Formats: sequence, structure tokens, C-alpha cells
Amino acid sequence: MEHPVTTDLVRWIVLLPLLGAAINFLFGATLQKRFGKRVISFLGCGAVLAAFAIALYTLFAMLALAPDRRFMLDDLWRWFDVGGLKLDIAFWLDPLSIVMVLIITGVGGLIHIYSTDYMHDDASYWRFFGWLNLFTFAMLVLVLGDNLWLMFVGWEGVGLCSFALIGFWYTDLVNTNAGNKAFIVNRIGDLAFVVAIYALFAGLGAVGHPTLVIREVARYAPALAGARGYLGLPMVTFVTLMLFLGATGKSAQIPLHVWLPDAMAGPTPVSALIHAATMVTAGVYMVARLNFLYSMAPATMLVVATVGALTAFLAATVGVTQTDIKRVLAYSTISQLGYMFVGVGVGAYAAGVFHLMTHAFFKACLFLGAGSVIHALGGEQDMRKMGALRHKMPLTFVTFFAATLAICGVPPFAGFMSKDEIIWRAYAHGHFVIWALLWAGAGVTAFYMFRQVYMTFFGDFRGTPEQDHHVHEAPSAMAFVLVALAILSTVGGFAMLPGFIAPFAPFERFLDPVFNSDATRQVFASGLHDRSLETLFAGLSLLAVAAGWLLADLTYRQGVLSAARMSEFAGGVFYRLSFGKYRIDEFYRAAFLAPYLKLANAAAWFDGHIIDGVVNFAASMTVVGAWLAGLFDSYIVDGLVNFTSKATLAAGGRLRRLQTGSINGYLYGILAAVMVILLVRAIARV
Amino acid sequence: MAHPLTLITFIPLIGMILILAAPAGLVRWYKWIAVASAAAQLVIAAWLYTNFNTGTVAMQFTERYSWIGAYHIYYFMGVDGISISMVLLTALICFIAVFSSFSIDRAEKGYYALLMLLDTGMMGVFVALDFFLFYIFWEVMLLPMYFLIGIWGGPRREYAAIKFFLYTLLGSVLILLAMLALYYYGAVPTFDMTQLAAHSSSYTIGFQRIVWIALFIGFAIKIPAFPFHTWLPDAHVEAPTAISVILAGVLLKMGTYGILRVNFAILPAATHELAWLLLGLIGTINIVYGAMCAMAQKDFKKLVAYSSISHMGYVMLGLASFTAAGINGAVLQMFNHGTITAMLFLLVGVIYDRTHHREIDGFGGLAQSMPIYAGITGFAFFAALGLPGLSAFISEVLVLIGAWQLHPIMTTLGAATAILTAGYLLWCFQRIYLGPLNEKYAALPDLSAREIFMLLPLAAIVIMLGVYPHAILVLLNTSLVHLNQGVLAVATGPALPLH
Repeated sequence: MEHPVTTDLVRWIVLLPLLGAAINFLFGATLQKRFGKRVISFLGCGAVLAAFAIALYTLFAMLALAPDRRFMLDDLWRWFDVGGLKLDIAFWLDPLSIVMVLIITGVGGLIHIYSTDYMHDDASYWRFFGWLNLFTFAMLVLVLGDNLWLMFVGWEGVGLCSFALIGFWYTDLVNTNAGNKAFIVNRIGDLAFVVAIYALFAGLGAVGHPTLVIREVARYAPALAGARGYLGLPMVTFVTLMLFLGATGKSAQIPLHVWLPDAMAGPTPVSALIHAATMVTAGVYMVARLNFLYSMAPATMLVVATVGALTAFLAATVGVTQTDIKRVLAYSTISQLGYMFVGVGVGAYAAGVFHLMTHAFFKACLFLGAGSVIHALGGEQDMRKMGALRHKMPLTFVTFFAATLAICGVPPFAGFMSKDEIIWRAYAHGHFVIWALLWAGAGVTAFYMFRQVYMTFFGDFRGTPEQDHHVHEAPSAMAFVLVALAILSTVGGFAMLPGFIAPFAPFERFLDPVFNSDATRQVFASGLHDRSLETLFAGLSLLAVAAGWLLADLTYRQGVLSAARMSEFAGGVFYRLSFGKYRIDEFYRAAFLAPYLKLANAAAWFDGHIIDGVVNFAASMTVVGAWLAGLFDSYIVDGLVNFTSKATLAAGGRLRRLQTGSINGYLYGILAAVMVILLVRAIARV
Repeated sequence: MAHPLTLITFIPLIGMILILAAPAGLVRWYKWIAVASAAAQLVIAAWLYTNFNTGTVAMQFTERYSWIGAYHIYYFMGVDGISISMVLLTALICFIAVFSSFSIDRAEKGYYALLMLLDTGMMGVFVALDFFLFYIFWEVMLLPMYFLIGIWGGPRREYAAIKFFLYTLLGSVLILLAMLALYYYGAVPTFDMTQLAAHSSSYTIGFQRIVWIALFIGFAIKIPAFPFHTWLPDAHVEAPTAISVILAGVLLKMGTYGILRVNFAILPAATHELAWLLLGLIGTINIVYGAMCAMAQKDFKKLVAYSSISHMGYVMLGLASFTAAGINGAVLQMFNHGTITAMLFLLVGVIYDRTHHREIDGFGGLAQSMPIYAGITGFAFFAALGLPGLSAFISEVLVLIGAWQLHPIMTTLGAATAILTAGYLLWCFQRIYLGPLNEKYAALPDLSAREIFMLLPLAAIVIMLGVYPHAILVLLNTSLVHLNQGVLAVATGPALPLH
């Protein structure tokens, strides 16, 4: 760890998608017009697939190194160096980030290929690929950035691309509203994220190590133990809590999950790539990346696990009643992200990351399968108007079904290996309530997933005859991608088998060097390690899954149970809560948005009427003052002048009478004056 | 190059004389004389950038001649890390503003002549090191601005121009009084700002406080700081595009530049005492309050004006941080605010030129008829809301990370405003560019080559300083750290009653 392998290969993983984006944005429209969409497809997919190839190459290069030396650094240039804050534009590749890179470029590359069919008729084809490429770039910066600020560049960069792609069809305000909501809710999380960074930098500075480079933070983090933070919390707890609050925005956890269901307004490949496989997992990645900090803050860990479990359960219960095929998957994603957070929250970092990976496979497959259905039905997303599609879309059906088995955790599909590990670890670390929530959530997941399968692919077709006529199987590129992802969903779990089956977990071994801080090892060791109990709990999970599946089968395939009757249960309270998504959107609107808009209007009114009022009042007072001064000037000052002159004239007039012209008069006068002078002198002398 | 600072300051004045001497009616001549002057300025600015020594705190490229000997007034010019970035910004913004002026279609001779005079005044403020000379330039810039708004402005131009004039005049009087006080009560009678700074300890703290506040109000009006800011939205709304670009791009920075150059350097003890309240707190109010007012605006240009007020708050907060990161961030934010806000006002001008109104709700779907325009506006909006990877992000982050240590609550408020900023900008973007196309504007022509030519360099700088902010920071750091240490060195008590 002290001496990472320096390389200049990693930058190309990042820069190729950026190049693709730049070419698409600057010349895409022209290229598309002149040479057709094929060039855009080639550019867009090529950039990401080339990055994937380099990533694979570096993976093998990494595997050739000894496990404790599997760290690569690609340092491009000094970003800034101010006030003790020295940061580079540098990329850091270790086992954790290579896993992410492979998911981003691999699954991402597949979704690019899928999009060449899915978006084929869109006039802004080039713009779509530009944004997809830019997203890939930003996501890679997020996972490869060697310091927290660079990570944040990716963190908000993916938010930008998400915003742009949710509102890709921008002529409809519903879509752009969803984009705005996503960006702004994410910014609320980002506020917490940056506050955490400020606090962390100040905290590390106080112990003599001002840095935000992640590997240096890892080295000096132990020095923060016991340091006082803010709000009465220890520094590490404060920092990790704030970072996690940031993660609830990006990864759609309670209380900031509200943007993700609306985000389904974007084209379906976007939902698969950004809102299922990659971007929304950034929060989980962040916690895993900073495991050395989280492991030092048990209080935060508990919060992470609790929020994760609550989200996992509650989002699953909302998924049960939704009728939009993508919305069900959106709530499913929120729920599955909750599982991942429980994983990292109980210290099972590898399990959390593993579920992140398998989820990327099966959830991308589910979304793209849904996309195939939507594509076939000319944009229809309401499951109540589908049905029986397994006959006309067998390949979509089979792949969707495989992914469903995977998400439900049916062995040996991928979700079983990853999800069950998390559920078990929750119990093993003594969190019974969290375990119970996850366990129940697994049952609910099975219910809503099979409900979806049955509503979409079984029964009778409920759409228009015209739709029925046009239904077609996925075109070749889409089909290829569905098959690839279905295979990954099926076999992807074998990279980390549950301990009670076989001691075979190369995935966990591979990640070990990342999760080997003292604190992390301590947290991991503190849990139960009881093979037979683990087996029992796996059995319990399967029971829940079977129950959920059975209930869905009885209701939506066999029709033995009536969904309408079930929704009436307890006066329909539960149904309305679930269908209304617990009214959280409405609550936020009333509690925050509406008051803020009023406040903003009040501020503007204050500005225009009070502050400017004072200014204008002062100005008019000056005018009045000037007028008064004018009056003063003409009547008092000028008056005085005039008075003086008049008085002089008047006095002169009177005095003039003295000038009689008579010599006698003058003489008397002179005589009188002389006598007065003499008199005065005589008196003065006395 | 000999006398680069005199050249860069007075070339526009020569331009003005040539314009005035040129025969009447030859509009093309005026334009190209103005372009040539601004281009020459830009070339000199580039020369200054490459020849600037980043390792010293000393004034560079100095010129010093006795001017009015009896009163120890000198013609004294020079730049250090504090002013060099502003010189670059002024040259850049003026160059772009000249091209933006091409849409002026009446009384061009007077317009370009005044524009050149304004240019000289602004550049002079940033290079003058004699307080008296500084003050002269400060006043020189006021007059052309008044006429440029009052003659070539919108319908309420006279109200706006007079408001601007009176406000600035009030500020000028306070600065004048402060300047005379510094002259008469100093250890040596001098207007030399470097000398005044060197003898700063000779002023008593009581004297410093009074002079500091007088200067602060004078400069705060220019920033503009709450509650002296209401002239700005009016001035912007009425001013022609190019003048708005200059106003937001350069003029506002004179306020914060003055605070650094005079308050910080000459009155460090009072700075240390008062900054948290008058810079930190008022800066925070600027940030939050400006963003809230922006949210409520119906006029596109007024929205940008309030956004500008909000973003200048970060500069003030950074100055109040007394950390190298915060103060560097503040000056970098001055530069970035200049480029980004200039872009925003240019973009407002684009749509106003075409539709002759600016009602945000009166457009809709323009991305369909003007895709390039919408794309560049989107870029500028995201730059303004501090998207990481673009320039404003770096400066705001430095400001906030620096301010956090002294003022965690103000910092959090400043950081939280990023949410509000995203709110009003995205909402504005949606109403103007997205949604169904307003049929009235279906045939609007997209950006012209001239408009793209003005916007692209700014966009390139915004990207460049996002990934390589070092290009500007390297100029600033030495001088600013020195200045900051000067303030901290005289610190007698804690600077943070608000911990």
C-alpha cells in the first residue's frame, strides 16, 4: 500500500469515454446527418468497450501482483495546492475500484449496445450517446478518483448526466420535472457530503495531517479516534454520518429516495445503467471505499444498517402495488440498495460490494427486459395492459425470468449468494430487528417480482389488438445483451459461495487488501461464525421467498386469490399507504417546497418594497430636503441679503436728509463733534 | 516591454481620442478602433501573465513618478498577486464586451468613446498603487458608466442610472474621506498604498475601526453587499448587454479588490476585528438572500443579477476566513464570477436581441429552435451552480473549506445555498428552454458566429480553470498568503465571536 504501482494506463479507461462524449457533443449532429447513426453507435459503444478492454488488461496486470501490492496510481497533474490542501488529478486503481470499473464499463458497455436498437428511431441519437459516454466518464472518475474532491467531481458529474438523461425527452415537462427533482434532491445529499469533507479536512488538519487523498486519510484516520467533532458527536462519527446522508441522496435511501421512482421518466437503458446498475450504487461504494472510517464509528454503522433495512423493507412494500412496469423495478432497486447498505453497515463490506455487482447484472437484465417489453408494445408501461407476452417474446421472457430468480434469491442464481450473505451477516452481528426486516423484505420481493412476471408474461393479453399485432421479440443487439446479462445473473454468484456450501470465495479474497484496516478487521471478527446456524438461516430465507412466490402464483397466475380482495384488507389502509408511496412526496412538498417558495417570494418582496423602499425614501427625502434648502436659500439667505441691501438703501435715504447743503448745518455739526471729542478726552483723562 | 501598466491602462484612452477624432457616421471605424484597443490590452495582459514572477510579494512592473509634489502624490502603478488576476479579467471582459457592443445601433460614436473611457478607468483602479490615483480612476469609471446606462439603456434607464450614480457617489465620498484621514493621520503623509500598509501600526485601533467602516461601505456598495445592493438589479435590467457584462464581470470586483488592497493591507487590526461580522455575516446573507430573491424573479436578467449578488457573497465569506484556502478561493471566485456571469449576461442578451423581452415564463421549448443556444446556456447554468469540474466549483470549495474552521455555521449556510441555486437555475432553464415549443419563437435563429465567438473563450476558461485552477492560483497565492499573515500577525484577540 505504501508503494503503489505507477501506471499511465488507467487514465485511458477514464478518458476514452470522455473523448467519446466530446466528439458526440461537438460533432455528433453533423456526423449523424452526414454518415448516419452507425457512426454514432460505433463511437459511443467503441469508447466504452475500449475502456472495458483496458480495464480487463489492468485486471490481469493486477492479478499478477502479490495481493498486498495490488494498488495502481495514475497521477496526471497537480489540481491545486492551496493552504495545505494538495490535490492531484490522479486515479487510484485497487481491487475495489477495478470491480467497479469492470461493472461500469462492462455492464455499461452492454447497455450501450442495447441502446443502439432501443434508441434507433430517436432523432437525437447522438445526444443520447454523448450523455451516456459522459455518464460513464463521470462514474469512472467517481470510483477512480484518488481524493475525496475528485470523487465528488464524479459524484455530482453522474448527477448531471442523470438529470440530463431523465429529461432526455425534454419536450414533455413531466420528464424535465423528474430530472430537476433528481438533481435537487441529490444536491441535498451533496450538501451533507461536502460538509463531511470540510469537517474531515479540519479534523485531520487539527492532528497535523491536512489531506483529502483517500489513501492518506486511511493512514491517518486512527489519529482521529477520540477527536471531538460537531453537534456533540465524535469527529469520525460526524464525518461518516454526513457522508452517509450524502449517500442516501445518490443511492436513493430514506429519507432522500423520492427522486428515483420519478427518474423512470428517462429512456429505459438509462434506468438500467444509471438508476440500477451503477450510479445509485455510488453510496455503497463510498462506504466501502471509506470502510476504515466507518469501522471506527459504530454509531454510524448502526445508522447505515438501520436505514438500509428500513428502506429495503418499506420500498419492497411499495413495489407490491405499483402498476407501472418500471416503477416496480425502481422500488425494487431502492429496496436492493437497502440490502447493500445493511451489508456494509454491519461490516460485511465484501458482501455489500458483491451484492452491488450481482444486482448490477440482474437488475440491468430486468430493466432491459422491461425495456424490450415497452419497445414491443409501442411505449406501453402499464402492466395491467400486458399479459401473455411469453409466447411472442420467449427470449425476453426467459432472460427476465432468470433475473427474477436471481433477485429473489433462488439458489443457485446470483442473488442467492449475495443477498443471503447480507441477511445472515445482519443476524451474525447481533441485529435481530434488521435481520427480521430483511427476511420479510425477501418474501415481499419474491411476491412483487413474480407478480410482475405473471402480470407481464402470463395470462391473457390485455392491451389493444393493434399492440397485440405488433408485439415482436427484441431485435438482435437487444437480445444479445439480454442473454449476456441473464447468464451473468445466473452464474455471477459463484464468485463468492456461502461459507456453509464451500469455502470458496475468490471475490472476497480479492477485495481483502481493501478491507484490512485494523478497525475493519475488528468489526468483521466480532460477528458470529457459526456454519450450522448460517445454514438454518439460509433455509429461513428460502422459506420467505417460497411464500412470496406462492402467494403471487396463487393470485396472479392461478387466480385463486383475488388481488382486489387483498387490497381491501383492513379497510384498504395498507393498500393506500403502499400505492401512495407512504405520501412522502406530498409531505415534502407541503413541509419544505411550498414554504420555501413562499419564503423566496417574501424575500423578493422585502427587497423590492422594504430595502428599495428605504433607498427610494432616502432619495425622495433628499429631494424634499433640497426643496427646503431651496426655499431657505431664496427666502432666508437671499432674504437676508436683500434685507441688508434694502436696509442700507433705507438708511441711506434717511441719512440723505442730513445732507442739507447748508454751511451752517455742517459747521454746527463739526462743532458738536469737536465738543464731543474734547469732552471724551477730558473724561478719559480724569 | 516598457511601461506595460501605463500602456494597458491608457491604450483605450487613445482609442477614445481616435474615435472622437474620426469623422462622424463611420460606425465601422469606431468598432474596429475599439476592437484594436481591447485586443492590444489583451496582448499586454497576456504578456504580463507570462512575465509575472509568482515567487515574490513585491509589486511588479512598477512605474513611479512624482505628480503633485506638494501633497506627496505620485503616479504610481504596479501589480502583485492580488491585482494581476483582475487585470487579466478586465482585459478579457472588455475585449468581449466590445464585440457584444456591436448590436448598439444609435449614437455609436459616443458609445464607443465612453466604453473606452470606462475601460481605462477600470484598468486604472486595478493597477494604481497611489491612493489618490486609485481614487481618480475610481471616479473616472463612474461617469461613463452613468451615461452608458442612462443613454443606451432600457425604458427605466434614467432611474437606474441616477440610482447607480448616487449610490456610487455616496461610496466615493466615504472613500475620499477615509483616504484623507489616512493621509493626515498617518506616520508619514503619503498616498502611497504600499507605504500606508507598511505604517499600518501607526493608526490607533479606534481610528482604524472608523476608517475601516467608511471604506467598507464605500466598497460594499460596489460588490454589492446587502443591504446596499438594490441598485444592481435595476442597473442590470436597464443596461445594454455589453455594459451588464462589464458591470458584473469587472465592476463588482472593484469592491472586493478595494477591501483587499485597502482594508486588509492598510487596516489589518480593524480587519481582523470586523471581518467576521461585516464580511462573513453579510457575505452569508448575500449568498442566501440573493439566491432566494433570484428564485422569485420573473425577469431573466434580474434573476441573473440576483444570482450574481449571491455568488459575490462567497468572495466576502472567503475573505473573512483568514485562511490561505479561503482567501485564495475568494480571489479565484472573483475571477470565475467574472467569466461565468459575463456568459450569463451575454446569453440573456442573445434572447433579448431576438424577442425584445425577458419574461422567463414568456418563452418555452427554445431548445428546439435554438439548440446551440440552449446547450451553451445549460453549460453556463451548471457552471454557475458550481458543478464540480468547472471553475466556480473550485473557488467555492476553497472558500468554504477555508471558512469552515472559523465559521462552520456560515459555511454550512453557504454550502446549502448550492441547493437553492440549483433550484432557481434549473427551474429557469426548464421554463425557457424545455417543454413544448412556444410557436411564436419557432423560427428564431440560433447563435450567430459573433455570439459563439464571444461565448466560446469564456466557456473554455471555465473548463480549463475547473481542471487546472493552478493557472490562476499560482499568481495569487504568494501575495495573498502574505497579506493574510499580515492580518493574522496583528491579531490581538480572537476573530471569531461566532464559534
